[in-house]
Amino acid sequence: MDADVTLRINGTERSLALDTRTTVLDLLREHLDLTGAKKACDHGQCGACTVLLDGRRANSCLVLAVACDGAEIVTVEGLAGAGEDLHPLQAAFVEHDAFQCGYCTPGQLCSAVGMLGEARAEGVTLDDDEIRERMSGNLCRCGAYANIVPAIAAVAR
Amino acid sequence: MSVAADRAVGAPLDRVEGRDKVRGEARYAYEHRPEGVVYAAAVTARIATGAVTAVGALDGVLAVLSHANAPALQEVSDPELFVLQSDRVRYRGQVVAVVVADTLEAARAGAERLEVTYAAGSHDVVLREDHPGFYKPEGVNGGYETDSVIGDPDRAFAGAAVVVDERYATPALHNNAMEPHASLAEWEGDRLVVHDSTQGSWSEHNTLAEVFGLEPEQVRVISPHVGGGFGSKGTPRPQVVLAALAALAVGRPVKLAFTRQQMFACTGYRTPTLQRVRLGADADGRITAISHEALSQSSRQKEFTEQTATVARVMYAGKHRRSTHRLTRLDVPSPSWMRAPGECPGMFALESAMDELAVATGVDPIELRARNEPPRHPESHKAWSSRNLVACLREGAERFGWADRDPAPRARLQGRVLLGTGVAAAMYPVYRAPGWAIARDAGDGTFTVSIAAADIGTGARTALTQIAADALGVAPGSVHVEIGDSDLPRAGVAGGSMGTASWGSAVHGACRRLREEGGPEASYDTRADIAALQEYARHAFGATFAEVAVDADTGEVRARRLLGVFAAGRIINPKTARSQLIGGMTMGLGMALMEESVMDREFGDYVNHDLAQYHVPVCADVADVEAVWVDEEDPHLNPMGSKGIGEIGITGAAAAIANAVHHATGVRVRSLPIQIQDLL
Amino acid sequence: MKPFAYERPVDAAAAVAAVAGADARACFLGGGTNLVDLMKLGVETPERLVDVSRLPHDAVESRADGGLRIGAAVRNADLAVHPLVADRFPVLGEALLAGASGQLRNLATVGGNLLQRTRCAYFQDVSKPCNKRRPGSGCPAREGDHRNLAILGHSEACVATHPSDMAVALALLDAEVHLLGPAGERVLTMPGFHRLPGDEPERDTDLLPGELITAVEIPPLAYTERSRYRKVRDRASFSFAVVSVAVAADVDGGVLRDARVAFGGLAHVPWRAQRAEAALRDGASFAEAADAELAQAAPLRDNAFKVTLARNLLVQTLTELTA
Repeated sequence: MDADVTLRINGTERSLALDTRTTVLDLLREHLDLTGAKKACDHGQCGACTVLLDGRRANSCLVLAVACDGAEIVTVEGLAGAGEDLHPLQAAFVEHDAFQCGYCTPGQLCSAVGMLGEARAEGVTLDDDEIRERMSGNLCRCGAYANIVPAIAAVAR
Repeated sequence: MSVAADRAVGAPLDRVEGRDKVRGEARYAYEHRPEGVVYAAAVTARIATGAVTAVGALDGVLAVLSHANAPALQEVSDPELFVLQSDRVRYRGQVVAVVVADTLEAARAGAERLEVTYAAGSHDVVLREDHPGFYKPEGVNGGYETDSVIGDPDRAFAGAAVVVDERYATPALHNNAMEPHASLAEWEGDRLVVHDSTQGSWSEHNTLAEVFGLEPEQVRVISPHVGGGFGSKGTPRPQVVLAALAALAVGRPVKLAFTRQQMFACTGYRTPTLQRVRLGADADGRITAISHEALSQSSRQKEFTEQTATVARVMYAGKHRRSTHRLTRLDVPSPSWMRAPGECPGMFALESAMDELAVATGVDPIELRARNEPPRHPESHKAWSSRNLVACLREGAERFGWADRDPAPRARLQGRVLLGTGVAAAMYPVYRAPGWAIARDAGDGTFTVSIAAADIGTGARTALTQIAADALGVAPGSVHVEIGDSDLPRAGVAGGSMGTASWGSAVHGACRRLREEGGPEASYDTRADIAALQEYARHAFGATFAEVAVDADTGEVRARRLLGVFAAGRIINPKTARSQLIGGMTMGLGMALMEESVMDREFGDYVNHDLAQYHVPVCADVADVEAVWVDEEDPHLNPMGSKGIGEIGITGAAAAIANAVHHATGVRVRSLPIQIQDLL
Repeated sequence: MKPFAYERPVDAAAAVAAVAGADARACFLGGGTNLVDLMKLGVETPERLVDVSRLPHDAVESRADGGLRIGAAVRNADLAVHPLVADRFPVLGEALLAGASGQLRNLATVGGNLLQRTRCAYFQDVSKPCNKRRPGSGCPAREGDHRNLAILGHSEACVATHPSDMAVALALLDAEVHLLGPAGERVLTMPGFHRLPGDEPERDTDLLPGELITAVEIPPLAYTERSRYRKVRDRASFSFAVVSVAVAADVDGGVLRDARVAFGGLAHVPWRAQRAEAALRDGASFAEAADAELAQAAPLRDNAFKVTLARNLLVQTLTELTA
């Protein structure tokens, strides 16, 4: 069954007729050629699909696109601001070698952007332990956590 | 062999594809969308043995492929690739059908609703010490002898002042690379082009040619970016054959990815092991006899014997020695490679036993290992090309603060938390495979170097860029390295920690030749060099230190610190090398404390088949992990003087943590993972 | 996933009517973190989804009596850090933050969290029997992989556990679950909203067909400011509880006068430990109180350790709260 959906994705409005079963993740990857968000578990257990949904980090594999009509979505492809080659977190990830295979990286980055926003809203100062806990929804099988944390900390402080 | 003068080599260059990866622009296998692409989903067996008796029909899909109608394939050495060719079911989760549809949703729904009926047989799926099926295989993986016996170990044990005789167990473990095994297959006439998530495009294109009865030139495998593999993508897995079959059937490009759940049956895993280690020593801890017996499992269709006990042939001196491997075949999925296959579980057992020997003799664990340092390889008697285990132990002891350690177990209670520290050695052999590279001078000051290597996150593309830059005498920014495509010059797989050594030697040769001889291009094949290598025992060594905190009430274990000190020849890129090493140690932390694939006795599958139930470490588990290395000049390796670093990081971590848990709690856990119930 | 129709009614009454009046199997969609997950697994197969995530049930308000009213569509992340929760009911905030991950908590709703289904591996695998998923098909967990399943209140039919952390805190706090159904409004009080499996394990709760959770209210209790949620799991974060405990303690001069205790990870329901509470009121030691509760435990082959773990965890948490 199809439904009409309109979303703003990385600042661009997109209107599509979609199968109601289509998740935001599959919409991005299979319909819009935005393959930055990754499918690794497809069940909300790894965080590789994390995007910003109305400004908040969310597992796009568990969100039905039809339920997001009117929503604003930012993916890793849209993180860098106008005139910016890399978002500061993206630059920090390269600098700290905060990834290896790169497959969890877009999710880590979107999650980190969302997480920094959450901490700001809560008025929380992020020490390393706090970053570790708040980033635990993003698995990295290459084991780059020891570099991810300082990369995020460098931007957070 | 001369060691190259270095400039770029040794520099902490950022990953050359780093920008693409952080911008989400690096494309993985499933992320290409050729015109007309359609989707396939696999249907897997619900029985562990028996046969498929009927496969239903579906409407609203493009095709349903099963043994009843799939195009014929050629048998190759890996029976896992002979998919949909027979009604036989060899393990639960084996692919029995593929549904192809216009959309991903329709393919998945079709796969869910397809009716498959079975005639089930009985199954035998649990590895146990008294299993009647154990046999002595002809050889074990890595080309090693199945058994090695020197002297009379039993007699030596009988006469030893101190004997440690313990049994250790490691569970089945799944690689669980973040990127699932995924393929996009397209037939261009009689030529097959696949984008695949593979650690070896060149070997895969040869295998696929055999499977489909083609010439190798008719197959191209493209894999510029691979989302991790850890061994599980070292050989082609069924999904690439299934995608190609489906593409053949529907005449369109087809994408197929295994679901995370399907990966637990179809993409390999580390065999569970049952091990017995015996160490006989004099009162000062000098080993007189060493015995390491390893039991493991494989599937009915494939003999796969891990070289678990070979670590005991390498690590320590001792006159009387025995190491053996026995295998039993069960109705289970085929095991395959997972990061340091063999060495990793073997080192857990041996290095735990060494800690037990340290306790039994009262000798400090570091001193104990130093006392048993063999001047030459203890079994082949070859000279070491270099061996700096003791240097790693001493350096680590200094950095970790080992000197003040009170060896008494369960003696440090801080609040309700017990603290402990432990150490274990790490080791991985040095391998090298032949390869061929081409270097081209673009004439504008830039160079392109081509080789069918793979970067699965190891940093290979970056390391090869550095090696090429130095051999050409130019800056790394002037060099473009092309990899991940079987149309490029022949190269071995990213496996066995030999990628950089193997590919780097070819790259170095081609670039040096281009520099020396000029012209638009030069190539270099390392086959002759490898044939001419002298007889040395070549291994990387390391020392892993762990500090753990164990909640005295709940048994929760947290690794507060992990330090690895490694001796792995020359480090090409300290930034990416450190990442590889801490990554291996982090995976070892998972092995020590949480990872376990649980076999379901009734159904015959790994029951905890997703990332909520199969726990891998999360960010909060990894407090302080550091890796460093000692300088090691080894002229007997390759032009770079490098040893591999992809696997050694994991080999000492589990034992170091288990030894630290013993130090903290007084409880010796010999069966991984160390869980709450072990420490209550 | 089976095809389904989707609609997003404008108010709760319309949503209830849409589910109750549907000619096909219909269910409410909140954050979707569990429902969509189970739909992908083929465990849930609705033919119509009625999206209630945008209904105006998104406020957290103080009640006149000092209690709290939480709209059912409030996201777990928002509730966790809400000042009213942090000030008055720290156990609830801690429980929420112990659950799932940051990004899941941004999606998951309070109503949906209460209705999470078990994480038992057999329930989630449609290729295997499960009495909860397919009544009468059997329970392979009883002899199979059950290390993480129930030790309290289970039945021959089902040994599953309830996965929610939040629900444990709500059971501790006597939360009232406000429902709107075809027959009007009603309130169910926790514990008591969730059901033990008995011979109907397919029923997780006492919700009637078509009933929608509109709000959760927490009545005031003098000593909830001294409350804690402590969760033990197999890794440091982002994992379901092996055992968890929620405790609120009424302490006067270092002496415990009264306490409430609830366990997670032990049963098909968030387990309010009334026997332990009674023992504590009677002056029992912490260990005696734990033993009073856990005397009813009937562990399975591989989860007897949970008895010791739950006991130690309760003693540790009470000790810390009274220190």
